[in-house]
Amino acid sequence: MPRKLACLVLALVTAASLAASWLAPAGYATQFREAPNAPPSRRHLLGTDQVGRDLFSRTLYGTRISLLLAPAAALVATTLAAGIGGVAGFLGGVPERVAMSLTNLFLSLPWLFLLITIRALLPLNASPLASVLATFLMLGLLGWAASARVLCAGARALRTSELLLQARALGLHGPRLFAVHVISNLKPVLYAQFWISIPTFILSEANLGILGLGVPEPMPSWGTLLKELEGVTSLTEQPWKLAPLLVLIVVVTSFQLALSRQEVPL
Amino acid sequence: MRRKIARHLIAITATVLLGGLVSAVLVRISPGFAIDENQLDPRLNAESLRALRASHSSEANILRFYAGYMNRAVHGDLGISHSLGQPVGRLLRDRVPVTGRLAAGGLALAWTFAFGLAAALAAVRISTCDVLAIVLSGILLCLPAAVMALLSVLWNAPASLAVALIVFPRVFTYSRNLLLNSYSLPHIVTARAKGLSKLRTLFWHVLPSCAPSLVAVGGISVNIALSAAIPVEALCGVAGVGSLAWQAAMARDLPLLVNVTVLVTLVTLLSDAGADVIGYVLSTREN
Amino acid sequence: MLSSSALAESGSELRFCLHSEPKTFNPLLVADDAAETIRYLTGGVLVRVNRQTQELEPELALSWKVSKDGREVTFKLRKGLSFSDGTPFSADDVAYTMRLLMDPELHSPTGDAFRSGSGAVRSEVFAPDRVSITFPATVAGLDRLFDQVAILSAHSPKKEMAVLGPFMIADYKPGSTVLLKRNPNYWKTDSHGRRLPYLDSIRLDIQPNRDIELVRFKRGELDLINSLDSEYFDRVDATSPGLVHDAGPSLDSEQMWFNQVAAAPLPPYEREWFRSTNFRRAISQAINREDLSRIVFNGHARPALGPVSPANKFWYNSRMKADAFGRDASLARLAVEGFRLQDGILRDESGHRVEFSIITNSGNKYRERMAILIQHDLEEIGIKVNIVTLDFPSLIERITHSFNYEAALLGFTNVDLDPNTQMNVWLSSAENHQWNPREKSPETSWEAEIDKLMRAQASSRDPGKRKESFDRVQEIVVEQMPFIYLVNRDSLSAISASLQGTVPVILRPQTYWNADRLTVSAEAGTRGR
Repeated sequence: MPRKLACLVLALVTAASLAASWLAPAGYATQFREAPNAPPSRRHLLGTDQVGRDLFSRTLYGTRISLLLAPAAALVATTLAAGIGGVAGFLGGVPERVAMSLTNLFLSLPWLFLLITIRALLPLNASPLASVLATFLMLGLLGWAASARVLCAGARALRTSELLLQARALGLHGPRLFAVHVISNLKPVLYAQFWISIPTFILSEANLGILGLGVPEPMPSWGTLLKELEGVTSLTEQPWKLAPLLVLIVVVTSFQLALSRQEVPL
Repeated sequence: MRRKIARHLIAITATVLLGGLVSAVLVRISPGFAIDENQLDPRLNAESLRALRASHSSEANILRFYAGYMNRAVHGDLGISHSLGQPVGRLLRDRVPVTGRLAAGGLALAWTFAFGLAAALAAVRISTCDVLAIVLSGILLCLPAAVMALLSVLWNAPASLAVALIVFPRVFTYSRNLLLNSYSLPHIVTARAKGLSKLRTLFWHVLPSCAPSLVAVGGISVNIALSAAIPVEALCGVAGVGSLAWQAAMARDLPLLVNVTVLVTLVTLLSDAGADVIGYVLSTREN
Repeated sequence: MLSSSALAESGSELRFCLHSEPKTFNPLLVADDAAETIRYLTGGVLVRVNRQTQELEPELALSWKVSKDGREVTFKLRKGLSFSDGTPFSADDVAYTMRLLMDPELHSPTGDAFRSGSGAVRSEVFAPDRVSITFPATVAGLDRLFDQVAILSAHSPKKEMAVLGPFMIADYKPGSTVLLKRNPNYWKTDSHGRRLPYLDSIRLDIQPNRDIELVRFKRGELDLINSLDSEYFDRVDATSPGLVHDAGPSLDSEQMWFNQVAAAPLPPYEREWFRSTNFRRAISQAINREDLSRIVFNGHARPALGPVSPANKFWYNSRMKADAFGRDASLARLAVEGFRLQDGILRDESGHRVEFSIITNSGNKYRERMAILIQHDLEEIGIKVNIVTLDFPSLIERITHSFNYEAALLGFTNVDLDPNTQMNVWLSSAENHQWNPREKSPETSWEAEIDKLMRAQASSRDPGKRKESFDRVQEIVVEQMPFIYLVNRDSLSAISASLQGTVPVILRPQTYWNADRLTVSAEAGTRGR
């Protein structure tokens, strides 16, 4: 039951975001300058932001970018983690040691500076799409290391397990063995990585705004909408501003519930 | 055995040194290197501005800088921070314990609740509780770190609680999925069908089977806690390594950044090595 | 006046926040706000600009005299004073401080403000209480510059930690707090003969986050917020009226400018736009400054016109008039230069679409919001604006080195009232001539005229003549718009009910400029620890 509900929610949110141009009462960039920071009303269902833009419309439009790109980046990160961590643990020996040393190194480096450099290489008038794609791609490419370590440990344990001995005895070897038995046994970690990455990437996208990356103004994204929460007043005096957060929580939870049942046959 | 340890130590040292070098290169090639905010000070005349720019000239050649750094580090001198004008060694000595306490407190709290909750839920399987737990960890995952830090200040809670709240959903998700996977393994399903008690199943069968991965999660949770410390420290006004690292990054403070990277690499490697050792001990005991 | 109970109070501590780590405790090297705060509270100066009246007043010097040519100043000092550690104060200390300050190797911003020509600075001690300082060339507004010079002891073993100001540094925990204690040897007394300062200590917490500063203020853990965010002003006022103060427009300005550097990596047609006076003025006319102050600053800012804020009473040129605001006026001016609006898109004479990016520093929500409003305003005249926020070092690299940008939006903080400290902004050869720095010779006739006028005001001692020259500079700037001035922010502060004696003003440090006369009473407010 929860799973069906979760799928329904995801479908609804996706449909609503795709139909934003029809559903939204105003454009995402339209400024109602006479009513900045307005509370919810019939005209502005979720109120307006600091410069008078309709928050309901911005939330709808923001869903498009975040809901599409964050899971895509999470997929990139998860695939890389599975590839690097899983293969290293599966092979063992020197490849494992080298891969894990590099993973540890990767976890410790200040990647912020790479992002700053990438911003410098992009032209200032880069199209919003290019900037957004580059940002999420970078997030995907940089986000694999932590779970690669868990995957490596899991694969290492599998390597010597009876399950794999039996599989080998049945004539499974190399990539096929890896794909069939190792990856399927690492699924719980992969799902966890995927699920955790989605909100993390959505929030990181907004934080990259300080480097001039991310979704450029006036386009909205969940990340930029959530960033506005980082003030005392929105938390205590304007609770309706928490609406984008609520949507994000519902979506992220739905993802987890949708995945959760697939992964564990009860 | 001794040989193995020696090999490990060499590998750790090499990785740490490489980490320092790569971070120095990353800083050096990024824009804004050797740029000082004071360059916009209209009071400074041309000569002072030239001197300001030249003050970073010793870092222009990154290999020479790094060689000099290592040479001094061997003698216990970690250099002087540009942005704070203080010896890096002293800064780290003051701040490492602060961050250590913050991260350790956060980790202990997060692990106690996350693992406890995951284990209880995996053992009892009440789907309503399961959904509630997923919603709870979903909420915590979605809250920006800055909001958590702000809340901890608003409610007068210790900063380590904010770190714990950031680490919690991650540890919970990994451990929940790992435990559930173990419960679905054929031999455990059989054991449960034969009527083995819940606690026995957990401790005799489930935990041993997912221990290596859980221990690895333990290792990476150290990294998660350390990266959570950066925004939490910066916002809660805690003078730790996290706020220092952020300040160093924004000021392109090369000596400080290299040292912080070396430190973080070392902690990462040690947490990994620690996880390895624990995993090894557990597996030999099991055998 | 102060009540006797307030005076009788002992153990009183004033608490407020520094927004960054002080980069130095050496008063001669101060460049950042945090270090400036500590210098103001600890340093003893020869003369002080009264922050309320904007007049110069005697401090360690009883009197002073500037020579006719503006190259020499002679101070007569107070007798019998000593530093915080007990070392006596004399003319030697002044000479010593000036020698250190003017050392070309020190590169002190305070010292550079005195440098008007090449050559050495001579200090001559005539008596323990008489000293004269001679500069190689005329220094405009010479005596006022000494407001920034904290006198160091030539003999104290404690070096710069021996101070003459009301407070001294007692403890410093990097990243956390700076604790100042009252200087037992501070020389000033109040009208009742009681030794100042009234406060026993000042605790400065290092807290970059303004939200948390506000939370702590509301909780009673802080006594004041020296520069309050306009966003919070009305909210604090609504919940606790009487605690917030709007002292009116400050000296600080927010402005944008176009990159006019000849060697900048920009397409030639763009450079042509940016170098066109009419283009810049048309952009300025299209920006709704009233909305900027009303929406972005909640009404706590005033539309700006020129380089001097109306708060600068003496130097502000009140005769200047702003161009009419509006879409049509702007388009009409653009048409003069051959720009035309086609299907909602503005194109130049050769058909290029007018599109440019505005860079600003990240983390400043007011600038980000101003940029969003400007983006919208310029869309009305068919211009596409891309907003890019950058971290500060990347931004500075672009505007001072690579010149790889089109327009920038930044704010300038003016510490000094005197225009002479802006020489490095207005001279075409200067480094901080942001729109086109380090010109070999003035590239336009109006820049040549500004050069001439700025030099004229710098070499004159007659305030009337200086004002005449600088008035004309302001007029040229408003005609040519190298900087498009947007708003002057108001000087906002919050002061707890327990803190008494404050008079918020627009000059820095707005609330604690009379720190030696402030008192904190326990009964007036709840003081949480």
